[in-house]
Amino acid sequence: MAMTIVEAKASQKTKFAVIDCDIHNAPASAEELRQYLSPRWRRYDETYGARAQYPGAAYPRLHPSAARDDSWPPGGGRPGSDLPFLQAQLLDEWQIEYGVLNPLVGGSGRNNPEYAAALCQAINRWQIESWVEPEPRLRASIVPPSEAGELAAQEIDRCAPDPRFVQILLIARTQELLGRRKYWPMYEAAVRHDLPIGIHFGGQAGWPITGAGWPSFYIEDHVGMPQSFQPQIISMIFEGLFERFPGLKIVLIEGGFAWLAPLMWRMDRSWELMRDEVPHVKRPPSEYVRQNFWITTQPVEEPAQPSQFVELLDQLDMNDRFFFATDYPHWDFDAPDQALPSALPAELQRAILAENARNFYRF
Amino acid sequence: MSSLGNEQRIIDCDLHNVLPSPATIQPFLPAHWQEYTTQSDLKGPAASFYSSGGPLAMKEMVTPVSGQLPGSNLALMQTQVLDGLGIEIGLLNCAYAVEGVHNPYGAAAFAGAVNDWQVSEWLEKEPRLRGSLVVPSQDIELAVQEINRLGHHPGFVQLFLPVRSRELYGTRRFHPLYRAAVDHNLAICLHFGGEPGAPPSPSGWPSYYIEEYAGMSHIFQSQMISLITEGVFGQFPELRVVLAASGITWLPSLMWRLDKEWKGLRREVPWVKQLPSDYMRDHIRFTLTPFDAPPSAEQLEEILDQMGSDELILFSTDYPHHYFTTVEEALPSGLPVGLKHKILFENANKFYGLDG
Repeated sequence: MAMTIVEAKASQKTKFAVIDCDIHNAPASAEELRQYLSPRWRRYDETYGARAQYPGAAYPRLHPSAARDDSWPPGGGRPGSDLPFLQAQLLDEWQIEYGVLNPLVGGSGRNNPEYAAALCQAINRWQIESWVEPEPRLRASIVPPSEAGELAAQEIDRCAPDPRFVQILLIARTQELLGRRKYWPMYEAAVRHDLPIGIHFGGQAGWPITGAGWPSFYIEDHVGMPQSFQPQIISMIFEGLFERFPGLKIVLIEGGFAWLAPLMWRMDRSWELMRDEVPHVKRPPSEYVRQNFWITTQPVEEPAQPSQFVELLDQLDMNDRFFFATDYPHWDFDAPDQALPSALPAELQRAILAENARNFYRF
Repeated sequence: MSSLGNEQRIIDCDLHNVLPSPATIQPFLPAHWQEYTTQSDLKGPAASFYSSGGPLAMKEMVTPVSGQLPGSNLALMQTQVLDGLGIEIGLLNCAYAVEGVHNPYGAAAFAGAVNDWQVSEWLEKEPRLRGSLVVPSQDIELAVQEINRLGHHPGFVQLFLPVRSRELYGTRRFHPLYRAAVDHNLAICLHFGGEPGAPPSPSGWPSYYIEEYAGMSHIFQSQMISLITEGVFGQFPELRVVLAASGITWLPSLMWRLDKEWKGLRREVPWVKQLPSDYMRDHIRFTLTPFDAPPSAEQLEEILDQMGSDELILFSTDYPHHYFTTVEEALPSGLPVGLKHKILFENANKFYGLDG
């Protein structure tokens, strides 16, 4: 039965094959991950680990676990924690050919770098053993201890030989801007293994979550994600990352994309005005965006008029760089047969739903 | 100017009058602060958030005399902008970073002195100019006192607030400021820059000035999200907000995103009663320069159409940070003629009620 589904490339609902580039699996309990920790780090995790990382930084979700109401497994546990239920509700339901796991379980940004490294190693082993091994349609993302560049590179080196890891997962709000030097060893490792870096929605790094302080409401945290992605792109480009690492590939996950064309125009103008400050940036910033960046679709943009979606894609000129994503099991799930405007040409729908990702990731 | 015709009336909504030196405000300070600033290192805000040596377009042109700061000389502004471009009314935005002064009493004294200096050295000397009131926004009570002291002056049309603030402008602490602004028929101008002492991104400090510059737009976006979701426009239906030197072409993307999220999450913010993009079109305006134009005229047309209103953009030169020898030079090429007229005069005139 499972074999039939894997071989059927085209989903009946979409008429095209579907590859989902943003699926969130989770451990059913803290214990599920702890069993992958050494006795020393297990003791540490039990004694000091489980606390608010930056007390006072939380915006409690409007929907419990930010999840679809129907995604709570009937047998108990958190949404995304039950493989058979995820298979039935997502992979089988939509006949998804491949799914990329992006577990958001908070390993990478822990303040204690050795603890972060141990936790990341546990998360990565758990992904392979509990998810990718039993379900061949799934692929994993390496969760690195990203705030410690050398340790992150070590974890990437450890995981990368397993081809079932298809990218490296970062979270949008990092302790420093991602162009800065402390992250460079991580990028060296990514390029060494030809693995893309996915930057996913979310995170808290101890700074206010806007450039002007703390908002009051969850909607501001949630709607404000493009304002967390933009400074990261600005930083990576103006630090000259793509001159230093021309092969570095960045996937923007769940950040939206309507803001990206205007950001390119602004960066290009800024560069024309001030390029003498950053002589290591050799080309207009928009060229790096179109050479080194890719984008996942969810949450898909919803302009006031459907024709404006087409205008938006024309402005971006990155049609071969969009990957479809559902964001399962989160409340703002994009359904494969409904998320893309029907006005898009069939060939483009086909490319976005699966073919772009198939050509990009090592499935 | 020629193609616009001599009859074209023009309002410039973003001119910068710059304090020639920190000592300039000495005579306008109360005795205690005159003495204190003479005897201590506290002279006012620290260095400007603009980069020290430019990068201004044609900087040598806007420097009055060697050693003098661009924007510090009224006569040169008159020659180069008001007369040179045929500006009927010019709005001054004095980017005096009083929010960076931690001493609240000092900040209030400096703000008051700068405002008195603006009245005596700019507004009273040049009837074509209007001013923006500098307020110590780090202490709302003191800021309201300053509005009550000088907000009735007919030369002031808005409050100057730096877009980089310690706290988001939608939050409740700022609401008394908006009450006072509305009571005095003053708009709120959020302007590029600011010195809040906190990083300009959720991921800390960038390495280069060009990053701060390019990144200023996302802080404007955060402020718009805050003003709308925190219900400021429901509470103050008459409040008018101008974003100055923000860049403009990102606006449709923010409208779409906020409208979409509001449909999913409005239960959390029941006071937001209409589409966020409607609040934007009703209450918020943008100064023209810098515009961040797309590469083609067709895309420019798309972006303008996506904004869903032709009343949102107000002409500005951003002098002396930009310097134009003709008005046409300051306009993005390919603007429809009707929109050009609205941008040059009608939109600002309607928004500020300038010609009565």
